[in-house]
Formats: sequence, structure tokens, C-alpha cells
Amino acid sequence: MTEDTDAMVSLMMDEEVAPAAAADPEAPPAPRTRMRARGVDVFYADKQALFDVDIDLAQNKVTALIGPSGCGKSTFLRCLNRMNDIIDICRVSGSITLDDRDIYGRDIDVVQLRARVGMVFQKPNPFPKSIYENVAYGPRIHGLANRGSELDDIVEHSLRRAGLFDEVSDRLQQPGTSLSGGQQQRLCIARAIAISPEVILMDEPCSALDPIATAKVEELIDELREHYTIAIVTHNMQQAARVSQFTAFFHLGVLVEFEATEQIFTNPHDQRTQDYITGRFG
Amino acid sequence: MPQGRPQGVQLTILLIAILALALIGLYFGRRRALGTAGTNLSKLHSMPSYHGWYVALWCGIPSGIVLVVWLVIQGPVLEALLLSYLGPQVAGQSDAMIGLLLNDVRNLASGDVVSRDVDPALQAAADRYASMKSTAGAAVLAIGLALGGAGFGWAWRRISPGLRARNKVERVVNIVLILSSCVAIVTTIGIVLSVLFESIRFFSIIPFWDFLFGLKWSPQTAIRADQVGSTGAFGAIPLFTGTLMITLIAMLVALPVGLFAAIYMAEFASPRFRNVVKPILEILAGVPTVVYGFFAALVVAPTIRGIGESIGLDVASESALAAGIVMGIMIIPFISSLSDDAIVAVPNALREGSLAMGATRSETVVKVILPAALHGIVAACLLAVSRAIGETMIVVMAAGLAANLTANPLDAVTTVTVQIVTLLVGDQEFDSAKTLAAFALGLMLFVVTLALNVFALHIARKYREQYD
Repeated sequence: MTEDTDAMVSLMMDEEVAPAAAADPEAPPAPRTRMRARGVDVFYADKQALFDVDIDLAQNKVTALIGPSGCGKSTFLRCLNRMNDIIDICRVSGSITLDDRDIYGRDIDVVQLRARVGMVFQKPNPFPKSIYENVAYGPRIHGLANRGSELDDIVEHSLRRAGLFDEVSDRLQQPGTSLSGGQQQRLCIARAIAISPEVILMDEPCSALDPIATAKVEELIDELREHYTIAIVTHNMQQAARVSQFTAFFHLGVLVEFEATEQIFTNPHDQRTQDYITGRFG
Repeated sequence: MPQGRPQGVQLTILLIAILALALIGLYFGRRRALGTAGTNLSKLHSMPSYHGWYVALWCGIPSGIVLVVWLVIQGPVLEALLLSYLGPQVAGQSDAMIGLLLNDVRNLASGDVVSRDVDPALQAAADRYASMKSTAGAAVLAIGLALGGAGFGWAWRRISPGLRARNKVERVVNIVLILSSCVAIVTTIGIVLSVLFESIRFFSIIPFWDFLFGLKWSPQTAIRADQVGSTGAFGAIPLFTGTLMITLIAMLVALPVGLFAAIYMAEFASPRFRNVVKPILEILAGVPTVVYGFFAALVVAPTIRGIGESIGLDVASESALAAGIVMGIMIIPFISSLSDDAIVAVPNALREGSLAMGATRSETVVKVILPAALHGIVAACLLAVSRAIGETMIVVMAAGLAANLTANPLDAVTTVTVQIVTLLVGDQEFDSAKTLAAFALGLMLFVVTLALNVFALHIARKYREQYD
């Protein structure tokens, strides 16, 4: 799988330009686009939940998806690693590419896709296993470690990167559910990065956490940006402003505005965006 | 005309009177509460209906207690009174003779058949007994009515806006709830004690260790001294091994099939398939075990025998294998249904979390869902084992009565429950070792299933701590 990835990375070496970045003349050299969605429509049975969405996720950037409840931002996020496949009545059309390969294409195995596009959920959902086994889960099922010591290294590295290792190093064999909520969420992040994904999707990762735990996770997201491409759904506009470089505003299933975060929060083009970020609705 | 009846009538009258009084109390208590409150209902501490219940309970409970107490103690009390009346007649007789005499007096008084000729003395005693009984009944009726009336008056006078009727009524409700929950416990204790005492009688005849570790089971004993018959052997090991073997075979059939069915239905089946198949599978649980017994004896056992013969094995026509397989089929629904519930109850977040890691559906089931549902599945299995151990009919019909000590599943074996049934079927005297052995076996069965349940609870709790 890694060879495959390398081949694709080399294919992608010519830089792609994100439209949002292009709109900002002050922006530094435009980042490379890893995932690109074009004309995405999503239907739940007969009801259309997303209308013609175009979004690019840029390498080493955090893209925030904001909007009022039921606007389709989580639905869009779940299209990016095909988690919507689990829902029988859900139908996705349009094109979504990862490194220019259509992730809904016939030649893409959803299992491999999800190994490259990891996900962190709204509510911390550690498996009913020990802390160690939670992080080792992905490497085990994907056969990333041949020996026990390699696995130990991956677990430690992932926990360190998630900023959790020092807190749990003396109790790795205790159940993951014995941790506090914020620690559980960081455990889930460690679990997601243990299989070295390229993109990490976060679906309101802080909505079940207290302010201190939220601050830690936000700090972590900013650090993770160095290695990964991140998309985060959030209800909290301060959070979007703090952690993201690009922001997409959804309303009623339509992508209203997709710009650099600074642009959205200081000088939005659309009246609806303006109303939402100033708290007039949603 | 039997003279014992009036007392029954009196007590019935008392019961109806108590209920009527309580109903009246319910109505008037409520009205009086409304009256004291005037137009302003919020002045009342408790809602009017609580005042009604307050009066009703004061009417019903004290007189109800008198009624119940009398029903409990009337036998011994009347007997003591009768004995003191008969005093000189029974002096110097044995307890058994006195018991017989008292019984005849009671029977004569209530008009039933008596075991001896009725002489004037006996008739006098019976009349005396009947009149005592009816006097006592009248006394109880009077006391009960008086208490009910007094309760009514007391509660009626206490009704005022400040009366905390709700708190008092709710306390009574609370006590009723506690008593209800004790019924099951008390019944269980009663069953255990009755079985225990009979077992102790058995163990006074047959040594405990001979029973527990004896290798031969042959419960036929000579009833008369001159009878030709075996002396009886009460070694329960063959029964235990037979039970164990059949249970094991049943679980070998039921556990994989039930668990796989549960996994398929909970994780892979389409809703349409699930909605059709799950109820059908659960119907299996409703088939009477006798019907399974037919199936085992007429279809499965001959089939197994035929197959065995064709490959040169000697198979008994009633084999442990046949009974075990059919019993396994019988308990499949228990395992599949309960495991299915346990699997469905695993939070969807775990399922999605695993799938989002790039795990396949089957990896998710094996590594995440089953561990999370394990306590439910273990509980299902232990319930199934209890079912299998306690099952009787299938074994009677398919595995036979021969208490062979064997490890060969193709032989006929028998189980603890089957032996209990055969020991107690028909006319039996309740002081021979043969009959009492049934109680000892029952006690063993009870101890084993109790231990299984305690173990199941322990497992469930241990995993729950770890996984929830």
C-alpha cells in the first residue's frame, strides 16, 4: 500500500491551486490539494441533503466545515471516507478524488481508502479494549507491524503525537474507557494516526469535551497539521477561527462560501455567512 | 347439616365488609378533604384522592390483619381448645391416636367421612368443635368490623388541609412493593428448605459420599422384607456424567449455530430477511419439548443409528448423541435471540469507529463487536446450559433410562432430571430411600444451577466493568 501511495504522491508533485487560496492575493505559495470534491450531491432516499458541493482539502492545512445543524456538513465529511456507504438509503453522486483518483471508482477498495482517510468522531468511541490495544488495532488489522517491538513503537509514537503518552504510559493495559472524556478523544486521535493516514476527518471532535480538554485537542490539531491534511466539522465558530486555515460555510445543503478562514471571519462575501458568524441565526 | 360452614360465611362477610368499608372510606375521605378545603384546593397538603386512600387504608389494614392472623392461628388454637375439652377421654393415648381422633372430630364437624363409628361422645365433641369454631368466627367478625369502623372514624377525624395524607399513603404503597418483591425470595427459600429436609432424610439412610461419588445407580429397593429385589445403589456419578455429556453435546450444537445466526442477523442480514427469519427462529423456542422428544426418538435417533451402522459403529437405539443434538436445536433460539440482542446493543459508534479505521465488517465483528457483546453472550450461554441441564422430556424419549457410566455418546445414558421423574412417577411411599433420592438429586440440580447463575453474574459484571 505504501508503494501505491508513493506512486501517487510523485504523480501529484506538480502543485495544484486551491481556488480559495487563489482568491487571496496575500496568500503564500498555494498549498497542494489532496482531496477534491466536485459537484457532490447526496440523497437520503428521496431527500437531497447536499447540492453540488465543490471543496478542496489542502495538504498540511486544516479546513473547517461550519454551518447550522442539519446543513449537511457532517454528511459531506462522511462522503470523504465513504462512511455513508454504511447507510443503505444514502446515495452519493459527483466526483471526490484523493490524489486525483476517484474514491468512488471501481478500482478503489473502501477498506484501503479508509486506511488513508482516517476519522475521529463526535463522541469519543474507544473500543472495549486496553489503551494499548486501542491504538494497536489499526496497525494489527493492516499488518503494519511484524514484531511486537515494532507495534510497541507505533503505539508509543502515536500516543506521543496525540499528546497522551505521558498521561497513560504507566497504565497502557487498562481499558480505554477508564480514561476521561478528553483523554478518550485524544486516544481516538492516536488510534486514527496509528495507521499513518494522509487525511484526517474530524466530526465535531470537541463537542463532548470540557473547555480544558477542548483546548488540548485544538492544540493537538494544530500540531497534527504539520503531518496531515485535516478536515474538521465544528459548531463552534471560535474553534473554526482558531484552528483552521480554510473555512467552508454550509447552509441547507448548499456550500455558501469557501474561503480562507481569515476572509470568512473578517469579510465574508455572502450575506448568509455574515449573518451566521455574527450569530443572527443557527 | 354441617355446622362448620357458618365460620366460613362469617369470614367471607368480614372480607366483603372490609372491602365495602374501604370503598366508602375512599369516597367520603375524598369528599371530606374537598369539604375542608372549600374552594381553595391549594390549601390541601395532599390531593383529595390521597385523603380518600388514607381513610380506605385505615379501614382495611387493621381489620385485614386481624383476618389474616386468625386464618393462620385458628388451626392450633381450635385444636388446643378441643383437646382441653376432650381432656379425660384422651389421657394416656399416643400422639398418633390423638391426632387420628382430632381428625375424625374435625371431619364429622364439617360433614366429611370419618374413619370410625360415630358414637355419642364423638358426636358431642364434633358439636362442641363446630360451635367453638362458629363462636370464634363471630368474634373475629365483630373485632374486624369494630377495628374497621374505628379506623374509619380515626382517619375521618384526622382529615384536615394540613394532613400529610400523600406521604402516609405512599409509605403504605412502598411497603406493599417491598412485600411483593419478597414473595419470590420467600418462595425460593421455601422450596430450598423443603428439598433440603427431604434430602437430609435421604442422607440419613444413604451416606452422602456414597451418593455423591458412587459409580452405580440402581434405585430399586425391596419394599417388604421377604421381597426378592435388589438392595438399591444410589451412586449419582452416572447421572451426573450423563447430564454433563448431553449438555455438552447440546452446547456443541447450539453455541456455534446460535452465535453465527445471531451475528448474521445483527450485522449482515438485510432488514427484510431479519424481519422474517428472526420471528421464525424464535418460534422454535415455543415448541413444546415433548414434540422435540418425538423428533429425537422417531427421526434423529434412528438416523444416527443408521449412519452408525453403515460405518460399522454400534449405536444404541436411544443414544446420548440423539438427545444432545435435538436438545441443542431446542436451545438455539435462546442463544441466538439473546446474543442478537447483545450484539444489537453494542453502540453504533464502536462499529463506525472500527470501519473508519479501514477494518472490514468481519474484522469489526470479531475484534470489536463480539468483545463488547461478550457479557451478553456469556449470559445467554449460561442460561442455555441451565435450560439443557433442567430439560427432561427429550432425554426421557431419546436417551433412555439406563444409568450407564460411559464416555461414549453413542450409548444410552440418563440424566438427573429424568431419574427424578421416574423415581416419583406412580404410587410411591415417601419414606423409602428410592423416593427420597429424588429430593437429593433435586438438591444437587439446584446447587449446580445456582452455582452456574452466580458464575454467570460474576462474569457479566467483570466484563461489564471492563467494557462499558
